[in-house]
Amino acid sequence: MIAELAELGFNGLAYGIVLFFMACGLSITMGLMGFANLAHGATAMLGGYVLVVAMRDLGLPFLASLPAAFAVAAIAGALFEMTICRRLHAAGELDQVLLTIGVVFMAIASATFGFGAGQQAIVMPGYLTGRVAFGPIEVSAYRLFLLALGAAITIGLVTALERSRLGVRIRAAVDNRAMTTACGIDVGRLFTVVFALGSGLGGLGGALSVNLVGLDPSFPLKYLVFIMIVVTVGGFGSMTGTLVAALLLGLADVACKYFLPEAGAFAIFAVTAVVLYWRPQGLFGRLA
Amino acid sequence: MTLAISMAEPRSRIAARGRWRWPETVFWLALAACYVIFPGHLQLLAQVMIAGLFALSLDLLLGFCGIASMGHAAFFGIGAYAAARLALAGWSEPLTGLVFAGAVAGLCGFACSFLIGRLRSIALLMVTMAIGLLLHEAANRLTWLTGGDDGLSGYDVAPVLGLFRFDLYGRTAFLYCLGVGFLVFLALRRFVHSPFGLGLEALRENERRVPALGIAVQRQVAVVFTLSAVVAGIAGGLLAQVTQSVALEVLSFERSAGVLIMLVLGGAGHLYGALIGAAVFIVARDVLSGLDPVYWYFWLGLILAAVVLIGRGGLLGLARRLPGRFR
Amino acid sequence: MTAVLATRDLRRSFGALEVTAGVDLALLPGARHALIGPNGAGKSTLINLLTGALRPSAGRVVLAGQDVTDLPVAARVARGLSRTFQINTLFPRLTPLEAVLVAVCRRTGALARPLRRLAGCTAEIDEAHDLVARFGLEAVCDRPTGELAYGQQRLLEIALALAARPRVLLLDEPAAGVPARESAILMSAIAGLPRDVAVLFIEHDMELVFRFAERITVLVAGRILREGTPDEIAGDPEVRRVYLGEDDE
Repeated sequence: MIAELAELGFNGLAYGIVLFFMACGLSITMGLMGFANLAHGATAMLGGYVLVVAMRDLGLPFLASLPAAFAVAAIAGALFEMTICRRLHAAGELDQVLLTIGVVFMAIASATFGFGAGQQAIVMPGYLTGRVAFGPIEVSAYRLFLLALGAAITIGLVTALERSRLGVRIRAAVDNRAMTTACGIDVGRLFTVVFALGSGLGGLGGALSVNLVGLDPSFPLKYLVFIMIVVTVGGFGSMTGTLVAALLLGLADVACKYFLPEAGAFAIFAVTAVVLYWRPQGLFGRLA
Repeated sequence: MTLAISMAEPRSRIAARGRWRWPETVFWLALAACYVIFPGHLQLLAQVMIAGLFALSLDLLLGFCGIASMGHAAFFGIGAYAAARLALAGWSEPLTGLVFAGAVAGLCGFACSFLIGRLRSIALLMVTMAIGLLLHEAANRLTWLTGGDDGLSGYDVAPVLGLFRFDLYGRTAFLYCLGVGFLVFLALRRFVHSPFGLGLEALRENERRVPALGIAVQRQVAVVFTLSAVVAGIAGGLLAQVTQSVALEVLSFERSAGVLIMLVLGGAGHLYGALIGAAVFIVARDVLSGLDPVYWYFWLGLILAAVVLIGRGGLLGLARRLPGRFR
Repeated sequence: MTAVLATRDLRRSFGALEVTAGVDLALLPGARHALIGPNGAGKSTLINLLTGALRPSAGRVVLAGQDVTDLPVAARVARGLSRTFQINTLFPRLTPLEAVLVAVCRRTGALARPLRRLAGCTAEIDEAHDLVARFGLEAVCDRPTGELAYGQQRLLEIALALAARPRVLLLDEPAAGVPARESAILMSAIAGLPRDVAVLFIEHDMELVFRFAERITVLVAGRILREGTPDEIAGDPEVRRVYLGEDDE
């Protein structure tokens, strides 16, 4: 029983980490510019397909395909930001939402065109397929890998945000955009960089999720909801909030599927509605 | 004399807001004329009316109050299931069925309005989306009520007013939808041109300022959200009656997004924009997915992007800008 | 004469900072009362406490003998407490006539009737038009508010507040940012406010304060430093030191 619970918790955390990758870029861009980018799920899907192509068609090893997924998604994000998003910064949320939903629909159609409607299969390297035992508790090696990678990248991100010049600028701009601009920092360019990084992380999350939840053209819509829940519940622009919300959602989802299989995603949506009723600004957000 | 003029002028200015104009008569006559002009497409035209009614319900929220919903299919679906359930229970009279559908959806809308009234901008979009998905998920699970994936079918719908039987060609379906659509439209038109409707426009323009006029925003939101849900429920009920089946798709996110697209495509805040957008959307879907159903999504996305990037104010906005001021 | 608006030991803290530290304020019917104080004295917070935009940490707000401390903004307006805003917050796409009409319809109860025709509310339309005309906005009453000049928007602010027929009117810096050529009409509008309405205005413009106020309250660091007639305040050495002295900068 204990071992089972421990594994459930473990799986939930691993899933939460993937959600965190997919959501954290979006959270920062929303906090920074208030840009409602629902196409973030499509970026994640792009990362997933890059991984599939790199491993299956180009024969690259898994660990080399991950940076490729990051890079392609980041470049796509930067291009999208420079050509289209930029024109909508001043527009209302609804225009942003509509446009990015349009991008999602086009991405779904394009993925169907390129890869068919079915699930994509990849062959994972041997060291990530087995199970690892810690005393009585036995967990999948891939999830252990996810957790380790997740911890490493999260620590890296947090340190970078705390220490680096870029991080300082980002935090300043999230806090007070007008003041940051007045200090001579080009927030527009900063935003492009952040958008690209966020898209890259999203792509990485998408790539990592292929072996966890699968990949098909409906991915952007299916995970859009979870990503948005994480971002809204966590509070826009809050790293900690996003991480906590992602881990909670991951745990809740796994627990839900295990203990209340009939309820499905129902419980999660219900909890989200309650949390937002209680704190419309999210768990870690500030009232505007 | 001058006094009489200065008193009459503001009255006529305000009255001009709600005056019936001749293009409106032309619009409805043209719609009715479709019965004769396109006898082979009456089923599709009935779909246009249903979608138009659904888009009207969203226009009430978005166009007149500035409340955007990404999960409006929830109320459409509730209406559809309510109408189908009533018919399955043996009550096949269609008009009372619509009233039932609208009432059930309205009750759910009223309940939701308490959550909606507290939320703004992105959180509002997310929560309405979550409500939509919640219902979709619930309907998927509650098979005893909704038939799950299989949906509901195999019920009879009695002739409209006891006279007009539903036929294969969609003649009754079209006229029924047109009639219901026109009546609901008139009611909504009256509603938005009431003092309450003007108050809603104030809410849309500046929601923070409205309480300082002494208006309780929560009450406004409750009324309008309930009414919008009623209209969406009637539209769903119409679909359930006309097609004599309900599929899980009535609650889908695609339908919520679709109705938003129709409204934005036609232009929000004019009522007619909702109808025009719905017509263009449904016909485009028919044509484009006739070419290749898989890539309908691509066209859908492209339309959306085009509307946002090029066509501000939708088709009605475009039509107004082109020939100067046409009023 | 009993006060139409009174506060009793009103307090509000933000974290450890007490921005309103025990304010007792009384406004008599028909008063022309100015609230002055240096920046950061807590004037805006006090206004927000009075109107209900903020809840006090302690203390009561009494409007016409009724405790309204727990009532939201809209309910206080309905009971006769209106305000204008420091920065224009109007309805950009409504015309002045429409905006005032909304406020009038709220007061008469027409707004609560979705089944009535707007065109049929002739009494309300006439009243709204009267108000708009009284503030010199007749020529622009058919234009979207967003297109109006700044001074005209300030006037509309006051017209909107008056449409509720308040007992108490709070004017939050009515003259701020109004260019000189538009300020004359604003001044006469303020001078012409109905005598039965108690007016509390927060203002930095000392000329305006000493022209209209019959009583002045000086707020410093969340507390009332002095209250008295304009002459008393102008002659008070401490007020001069704390407040008027800073005005030279």
